[in-house]
Amino acid sequence: MKIAIKNARVVDPRSRLDALRNLFLADGRIAAVTEVSVVPEGFADARQINASNLLVCPGLIDLCARLPDLENELAAAAAGGITTLACPPDTTPPLDEARLVERLRHRSEQSGLARMFPLGALTQGLVGEKLTEMVKLANAGCIAFSQASAPLPDTLVLWRALQYAATFGFSVWLRPKDARLAFEGAAHDGAVAARLGLPGIPVSAETVAIATVLQLARDTGARLHLTRISSAEGIALIRRAREEGQAITCDVGIHHLHLDESEIGYFDTNARFDPPLRSAADRAALSAAAAEGVLAICSDHTPVSDDGKHLPFAEALPGAVGLELLLPLVLRWAKQENIPLTTALARVTCDAAAILGLDAGHLSPGAAADLCIFDPQASWQAGAQTLRTQGKNTPFSGQTLRGRVQMTFINGQLVFSR
Amino acid sequence: MTSAQRNPQLNANGELCHLLSIGGLPREIVVHILDTAESFFEISDRDVKKVPLLRGKSVFNLFFENSTRTRTTFEIAAKRLSADVINLDVARSSTSKGETLLDTIDNLVAMHADTFVVRHATSGAPYLIAEHLARTGRDEVHVVNAGDGRHAHPTQGLLDMYTIRHYKKDFSGLKVAVVGDILHSRVARSDIDALSTLGVEEIRAIGPRTLLPPHLEEMNSACVSGTRVRVFNDMSEGLRDCDVVIMLRLQNERMTGALLPSAREYFRCYGLTPEKLALAKADAIVMHPGPMNRGIEIDSAVADGNQAVILPQVSFGIAVRMAVLSIVAGSGK
Amino acid sequence: MSLPEFPDAEAQCRALADLIRPEISPETLLVGIHSGGVWIAERLSGLLGLSSEIGQIDVSFYRDDFAEKGLHPQIRPTVIPFPIEGCHILLVDDVLYTGRTTRAAINELFDYGRPASVRLAVLADRGERELPIAAQFCVWDVRLDRAQILVLDKNGDHLSWKIEQ
Repeated sequence: MKIAIKNARVVDPRSRLDALRNLFLADGRIAAVTEVSVVPEGFADARQINASNLLVCPGLIDLCARLPDLENELAAAAAGGITTLACPPDTTPPLDEARLVERLRHRSEQSGLARMFPLGALTQGLVGEKLTEMVKLANAGCIAFSQASAPLPDTLVLWRALQYAATFGFSVWLRPKDARLAFEGAAHDGAVAARLGLPGIPVSAETVAIATVLQLARDTGARLHLTRISSAEGIALIRRAREEGQAITCDVGIHHLHLDESEIGYFDTNARFDPPLRSAADRAALSAAAAEGVLAICSDHTPVSDDGKHLPFAEALPGAVGLELLLPLVLRWAKQENIPLTTALARVTCDAAAILGLDAGHLSPGAAADLCIFDPQASWQAGAQTLRTQGKNTPFSGQTLRGRVQMTFINGQLVFSR
Repeated sequence: MTSAQRNPQLNANGELCHLLSIGGLPREIVVHILDTAESFFEISDRDVKKVPLLRGKSVFNLFFENSTRTRTTFEIAAKRLSADVINLDVARSSTSKGETLLDTIDNLVAMHADTFVVRHATSGAPYLIAEHLARTGRDEVHVVNAGDGRHAHPTQGLLDMYTIRHYKKDFSGLKVAVVGDILHSRVARSDIDALSTLGVEEIRAIGPRTLLPPHLEEMNSACVSGTRVRVFNDMSEGLRDCDVVIMLRLQNERMTGALLPSAREYFRCYGLTPEKLALAKADAIVMHPGPMNRGIEIDSAVADGNQAVILPQVSFGIAVRMAVLSIVAGSGK
Repeated sequence: MSLPEFPDAEAQCRALADLIRPEISPETLLVGIHSGGVWIAERLSGLLGLSSEIGQIDVSFYRDDFAEKGLHPQIRPTVIPFPIEGCHILLVDDVLYTGRTTRAAINELFDYGRPASVRLAVLADRGERELPIAAQFCVWDVRLDRAQILVLDKNGDHLSWKIEQ
């Protein structure tokens, strides 16, 4: 099966390409990227797609998406131009046994949609006491090990978990959150929480945990990825460690690049996140760090039912849907902060692939033909009618977003078209 | 920031349809409530302590957290307005059967409730109810917050303002000290909101750092009155030349543990004694939302002294709650 | 609109006092209905040489249109500075129209006690009653469009009539 995508604006972050090009796919792989006047041999009778006014980039890679209704959410991912995603282990039940991982992988492969990489639970039941069978889980397909957002309050267990993972070279993904300092907190311990009388989560809940984890990672030699950084001080600690030569990666949820604590307004539970939305200065620092490449960006997609959001703020479940919002929100971020598209899209393509240890997220010839084709000018309104995901919880509901996916290819197969 | 939310307390005409918090209310509405309360005050002196304003209306006291005092004052206020008052002990009944807060509301609306007076242990719960009523198109039902978590206790804040206006006439130029557990106090938040809306010169938050929320100085940033909020850890320094001293209740469970070592040490540092009160202005008034912990936050000599206005606060509270209930019930007409 | 053809309200107060004088005893208590009725009651109290303080009633809490109109934006406290049990009350208002304000005022009075009698004195009677209520003392019968609102106005210390549309 050969496909010729013509006259597209092609953005390949890894090669820093942003130009009008033709793109040719053959046998599920990228065959060639050429000037628009060129058609390589053998593509004369290929299926033609005229992509004038459209933009083609590598399929997005999402470092965190929760998929309670797997098939439906994978379809939502395809509609959002996402071709690879990592699924955290805080499923019900948690991904702490190989058979659960195998079943999940089997179902996602059956769907023929996005490539789904599960993260295994670092401790049994995510309780933070006993280690999981990491080797068996890795053989079943776990790409790394994590506590998701569950706490691991016992530093000794954390130390041993990192030692054990390091034994086999497994990556450990950790959410830096000091369980006691964050205890019962519902919002950033700042002006908004003070005004609304919400129990606060201090920045030190993040920084104390980062400092601990960085030290333990140095001691144990574990490969560390820090997830969902939320504060300027957290970023500063990570920068310092990297300057000192520590090989750590980290990411931020897309919402934290756009929103701050003021979004809570009058107890809007759609603005309840874990970690919480922090101050305007924190948001600016995260944005700068993401622009520089210190942080990769993920959707942190978390569908929550109305029952989980129609509760008093501190009792409501945290999180927002993001699969279909990731692309338009990255585009909005790039526009607002004046960041080149090659840089902005790198954070959700090749950078994310590097964190996952995958050869993906680029358009070099020979790479798997995972593509996201979108209309950068198309505007649409986010809401229950326009989103495919099961959850409708988003603080962007009712807002007009720019940039809409037209087609998604995985392995050269068209898995979504509008 | 996504779309700016409309203040859910005000209807499309800018009238007060729910009282959820003093924060975000225009000054005119706060003054209007206090003025209206003055007209209600004399009703308690009549032969028949009742006016027919809310005759045939149902006021549901929904207390998800027990508070006999506040519930009783709302009940008296509603009855003096001739409303039918239904007290629901929800702390014990429906929620323990697994019914959600909004299910409870839907059921009571089906019983033709006109106004809900809501006390809840979680900050923001009355907002959730008001939003739910709006979302389901029941704008004719009103919500009055009788205390939510640490967030707000607006009728207490209003009755405190009524008391201050009664004794001090004018808010400008006043220095008001708020002493004690501000971190956990909805009364403190409502007082700070009201005092800055009414434009006192200075609010002094006094307490140990374990009981003060961060960013107190910015708490009046939304208002343009120019009120300054200052934080003091030393009570003597904070009380100097104050016109009004508002003492906060210290909850039993906070007296020993990681917040405070002991009630005795708290009284030593932050209890209001005649000696400390002498540092405030000679005509300073002392207020307390009740119930008082004598010998913990306040010395009996002060509580029973001639500067204390704690009992008048209680009687003003009825008039203020009558004003609030009738203003929200009359909105949208 | 200014209405030169409207009678002088101050002169009307004197005429009203003349009408009332032969009919009352010195113990009669005056109760004015806010705002105009209170001003007139103040005039009458002096003209009739009554020693007792006047009462003031704001009927906002007794109105029958609360369900339609809500609470009046400006309410003044009702002040009845005397026990009314067994007393002869003369209720004073500026304009008698539908009779609903008078009804509310009588209801409110009875929440203070049981007077021996209540009579009504007004400057103007617009007719078009909706309740079986009549003024015992009135100096001016006037008919106006329904849309016109006849209001007694106080400028400095001078009472005059005006029309609000």
